[in-house]
Amino acid sequence: MIGGKNSLYGPVNPTADAGYSADHPARKGFFTDTSICIGCKACEVACKEWNDVPATHFDMTATSYDNSHSLNANQWRHVAFIEQRKQLGAQDPGMRPPEVTDLPMPTMRPTDTAEAVADQADPTGDPGEKPDFRWLMSSDVCKHCTHAACLDVCPTGSLFRTEFGTVVVQDDICNGCGYCVPACPYGVIDRRKGPDGASNVGIAQKCTLCYDRLTVGETPACAKSCPTQSIQFGDVEELRERASARVAQLHQAGIMDARLYGNDPHDGVGGAGSMFLLLDEPEVYGFPPDPVVTTADLPHMFRRATAAAVTLLAGGALAFVGRRR
Amino acid sequence: MNEDPRDEQQTSAVIGSAGSRRPRRPGGRRRHGPGVESVVPEAEFSSYYGRPIVKPAPWEADIPAYLFTGGLAAGSALIAAGADLTGRRHLRRTGRLGALAALTFSGAALVHDLGKPSRFVNMLRVAKLTSPMSVGTWIITGYAPGAGLAGVAELLDMLPESRRPGLLGGLTRVTAFVDRPAGLWAALFGPPLAAYTAVLLSDTATPSWHAAYRELPFVFVGSAAAASAGLGLLGAPVSETLPVRRLAVGGALLELVAEQRMERSMGITVEPLHEGRAGRLMRASKLLTVAGGLGAALGGRSRVLAGLAGVALMAGSACTRFGVFEAGLASARDPKYTVVPQRERLEREGPVRYEQ
Ligand code: SF4
Ligand code: SF4
Ligand code: SF4
Repeated sequence: MIGGKNSLYGPVNPTADAGYSADHPARKGFFTDTSICIGCKACEVACKEWNDVPATHFDMTATSYDNSHSLNANQWRHVAFIEQRKQLGAQDPGMRPPEVTDLPMPTMRPTDTAEAVADQADPTGDPGEKPDFRWLMSSDVCKHCTHAACLDVCPTGSLFRTEFGTVVVQDDICNGCGYCVPACPYGVIDRRKGPDGASNVGIAQKCTLCYDRLTVGETPACAKSCPTQSIQFGDVEELRERASARVAQLHQAGIMDARLYGNDPHDGVGGAGSMFLLLDEPEVYGFPPDPVVTTADLPHMFRRATAAAVTLLAGGALAFVGRRR
Repeated sequence: MNEDPRDEQQTSAVIGSAGSRRPRRPGGRRRHGPGVESVVPEAEFSSYYGRPIVKPAPWEADIPAYLFTGGLAAGSALIAAGADLTGRRHLRRTGRLGALAALTFSGAALVHDLGKPSRFVNMLRVAKLTSPMSVGTWIITGYAPGAGLAGVAELLDMLPESRRPGLLGGLTRVTAFVDRPAGLWAALFGPPLAAYTAVLLSDTATPSWHAAYRELPFVFVGSAAAASAGLGLLGAPVSETLPVRRLAVGGALLELVAEQRMERSMGITVEPLHEGRAGRLMRASKLLTVAGGLGAALGGRSRVLAGLAGVALMAGSACTRFGVFEAGLASARDPKYTVVPQRERLEREGPVRYEQ
């Protein structure tokens, strides 16, 4: 992992960098086009079914219709629901002001809801106008980073790079040290906390990009189950082109909010295996705006630690020099 | 950042409540919990319902306790070797026994964190330079035999002549022969043992740990020197403690100065070091370290004052470790510390781009 000069940072073919010979398969990944996600959560369910991921600890957040919170050891796909007071682009939810009054719209602040309902129920308002309300939905998953911090810091070699360029945990080798958990800049991987009786409690878990399915030429369960093709699976190279084409198409249609995330091999993690088309800033979806793999600074950290160690050694020696008492 | 009033509304709809993950109360405009003092002006930022972006390390008190005892073990081995070479028998004994005890404790803390001993062995299946935890495991594995042997030699040496017949006597003759090389060996592994723990924390996406990566190694080695010198002050007669008085003052100074510089360089991610439990620990650490350093410098010739200074230095070092640890976890729980620094960098330098 200390091979080429881009081993810690920068654009690189992760599979070749990990030492696979030239005839390895093409790098596989996802392009998640959130502009067509309908929030049906078929991907979440399919992932749990196929991979036998235990139920998520039930815990209402009381903030939105999102009942699965975040990616974690028991949630390898997570569909985020974002409610915004913002006009829709080309989408049309079929919601008109009179109906809005009857819908218990969830928001962070009930008082605002009351105001909003009052605003929108204004009888003088033009009924043909679109409401200032939109839902963004986005199915999040492990990014299978080109420079995966989780993999870099794992002390046991439990996390490894597959021949498809993806990142997978071997649950029989992981010792549950939990170091990968704070290392991931996207907060994806986590140590399984329960429920009682589930397999691999205490072991780090995350999306495997359905490694078992890939090895037999199958599509990952989540992508296969997605009814709108919001989750597209394929060769990363080709997905990058598809993503650029789609964002150009949306821009042409006047949806200037559309942007790509994780598609650039020159970004802070060397590009991701999972890229996203977003309709707002990344942090709105719970993504970091501009993540950098932590190991990019590792050489610098190593030098600082060496300097500190030498300081301690010299200080210890100096303390004993000279007078006896 | 954004002039569009609709954006403004949108921001308030999904804005995270900084410092608190509870949904905001009706009509509440407060972004801060009670008693939260902010150094940097309140930052506007968006997040997904205020939920964390990066995950806090799933570690418990074992880990900061390990950071403390690791530092104590490292410095004690160094002191024991110096005392051995300069003929300070009591200081040597304190150092070696301290190193042995601290090593035993940190080993137990590590194994407790992992769940079972076999998992520690599992760590030795690979040596990975990109993993500070792997590197650290190998440093400890190198350090342990030296410190262990020197510590056992010291224990045997403490037994009166009459109590070591036969086998034990033979063993004592062997350990008496290898104790010095073993002690020196451990002393060589001491400094890396004290320094790597800083990299262990910094090499993560935890905002307050990563932002501290330049100075944290110096804070930690200073803290290790202060704590182990404190133990020396506590355990050895004043006639032998001149070196540890110096080391105590030097260590305390290094820790305080490096910590000061660290806080200045961290930007908004310094806040968790000042708030809540971490804030209390860091303030206690500063007070104890100053008191202990002064005590060692001025009152080191009094047995009682030296002992008090020693206790203060050790407690100060423990507070530093727990404080830095807690601050990191707090910074991971609040998306503000992930979003705002990245946004600020984006505005300053544009997106991070790797250039050949
Ligand atoms: S997103 Fe996180 S868990 Fe997934 S590969 Fe990247 S660093 Fe690892
Ligand atoms: S928890 Fe498991 S996968 Fe994660 S770093 Fe530790 S050994 Fe590796
Ligand atoms: S690729 Fe497989 S493991 Fe990953 S989220 Fe989809 S279904 Fe789950």
